[in-house]
Amino acid sequence: MIRKMWATEWPLHLMLLPGIAIVLIYSYGPMVGIMIAFEHFVPARGIFGSEWVGFDNFKFVMSLPDTYRVLYNTIFIAFMKMIAGQMVPIVFALLLNEVRNTVMKRSVQTLVYLPHFLSWIILGGIMIDILSPSSGLVNQTLQTLGFKPIFFLGDAHWFPYVLVVSDIWKEFGFSTIVYLAALTSINPALYEAAAIDGANRWRQTRHVTLPGIVPIITLLATLSLGQILNAGFDQVFNLYNPQVYETGDILDTLVYRLGLEQAQYGMATAVGLFKSAVSLLFISVSYWLAYRFANYRIF
Amino acid sequence: MVYRLSWGRKLFVTANYAFLCLISLLCIIPFIHILSLSLSSSTAAAAGLVKLWPVELTFASYQNVLNKQEFLHAFWISLQRVVLGTSVNILLTVLIAYPLSKEIRDLRWRTKYVWFFIFTMLFSGGLIPLYVTIKATGLMDTIWALIVPGAVPIFNVVLLLNFFRGLPRELDEAARIDGAGHFLILWKIYVPLSVAALATVTLFSMVGHWNSWFDGLIFMNSPEHYPLQSFLQTIVIQRDLRFLKPEDAELLKVVSDRTNNAAQIFVAALPILLVYPFLQRFFIHGIVLGSVKE
Repeated sequence: MIRKMWATEWPLHLMLLPGIAIVLIYSYGPMVGIMIAFEHFVPARGIFGSEWVGFDNFKFVMSLPDTYRVLYNTIFIAFMKMIAGQMVPIVFALLLNEVRNTVMKRSVQTLVYLPHFLSWIILGGIMIDILSPSSGLVNQTLQTLGFKPIFFLGDAHWFPYVLVVSDIWKEFGFSTIVYLAALTSINPALYEAAAIDGANRWRQTRHVTLPGIVPIITLLATLSLGQILNAGFDQVFNLYNPQVYETGDILDTLVYRLGLEQAQYGMATAVGLFKSAVSLLFISVSYWLAYRFANYRIF
Repeated sequence: MVYRLSWGRKLFVTANYAFLCLISLLCIIPFIHILSLSLSSSTAAAAGLVKLWPVELTFASYQNVLNKQEFLHAFWISLQRVVLGTSVNILLTVLIAYPLSKEIRDLRWRTKYVWFFIFTMLFSGGLIPLYVTIKATGLMDTIWALIVPGAVPIFNVVLLLNFFRGLPRELDEAARIDGAGHFLILWKIYVPLSVAALATVTLFSMVGHWNSWFDGLIFMNSPEHYPLQSFLQTIVIQRDLRFLKPEDAELLKVVSDRTNNAAQIFVAALPILLVYPFLQRFFIHGIVLGSVKE
């Protein structure tokens, strides 16, 4: 029986082999490396030769006052991005859906999707220039309008909001795609029926369009729960500086500085493990909810 | 369906068009500004005269950037990375998606295999253990450090797997009755039928490789091995002056830091802008492929 199974299946296993080998080494390998979180890790002695210290790294990280501030920043920034990242694309998709002129619709789409495809290096470079307090385009405009210039990237009060707004600016266009697809799948007969019953466009939007996209809104909102500790490393790392650590430092940047700048390998791995474990919990719950109530499956 | 437009409706449509135009402009103005800066003279840029149109048009910044050996070298490394990395990605994506698109009765361990791959999307070892792994396997400071760890793009695998499952099973069965093996079926039937889906994942992969910067920054010990985005990170974001040579300091009188950075940013964004028309055509396809299904 087993032999017969192999006789027909072996090419399939062979196809999977290279991928499995790479994933085993480079994704599951580092999972073994999590041991570093419980060690006084010395690179020369390796993962298996370093001294085992139990939960000391965790205890030490938790004794630092900065840790809680960083955790708060991470959740604050991630949560604002989650909320705004849902609302803005929905509103934009609804407005775009009202446009009948195809050329107009296409042009708007072309322009708003663009920032999604560029890296935070490019966008960060652009933002550093246009947000500069002395010569930046934004502050020049503010001054023309009679406001005082604002040091957006150097002021701890403004920094988290700059992160949220710029992240929305980059991603909102791309996020509308899913909603636009959902909007086009609403049965036109419903609109005709509503029109015959005397509903104007606003009432049609309220009673046909919105209920039509509620399932996808709920689904995406649920799935976004897994992002609760993901404040966006690429963006923060390229925009922050010591002046805004107070409000802009997040778990991922802390891991980077602890681990690769200060060589505190154990502590950095401990913080990383905390993030991965909590994220796993949230992602699992969100997928379970999506599966249970929306019959959502990824494969 | 024909609507009789009421005044309120007309007002809404006009306001809506105006609003959408404004939003679109907000998305594109930063790029126009950077382009104008890169084409302006350094004095005009330093004086803050440049808005959305070049002032004292000059190509000095571009000449400077294209004469800079480090920049061209980083650009070349990025190109190598895109070609090599995308080829590896696509090969592995196809080889994994095909077996996993089979039913349990064709591949008994299907569920186990799928979970093996999916789990890596949900949980990871984190930065330091990955760094140690790269070091232990000897990839440090080689281009393979940028390609091998991310060689299996799970998201693309799921996308292609779902596409493969949508292909008619009859083709597969007919080929098998005719005596074709799995490799032949994959190559002669599945791949030719999935050109659009493959184009989508290829583009995703290319953009991903072009835009990656963090792996270059941490896995390359010497800056000469940086791909373009990592190079720019040190120049434009960290404002690292290590790359500045004495003769460059002379040049700064003609070409300011600002116009120079603008030119570098624009050249780095150019490849994405060039493939953008294709991206737009395929990515909607990809999103729809990857999103909710029945």
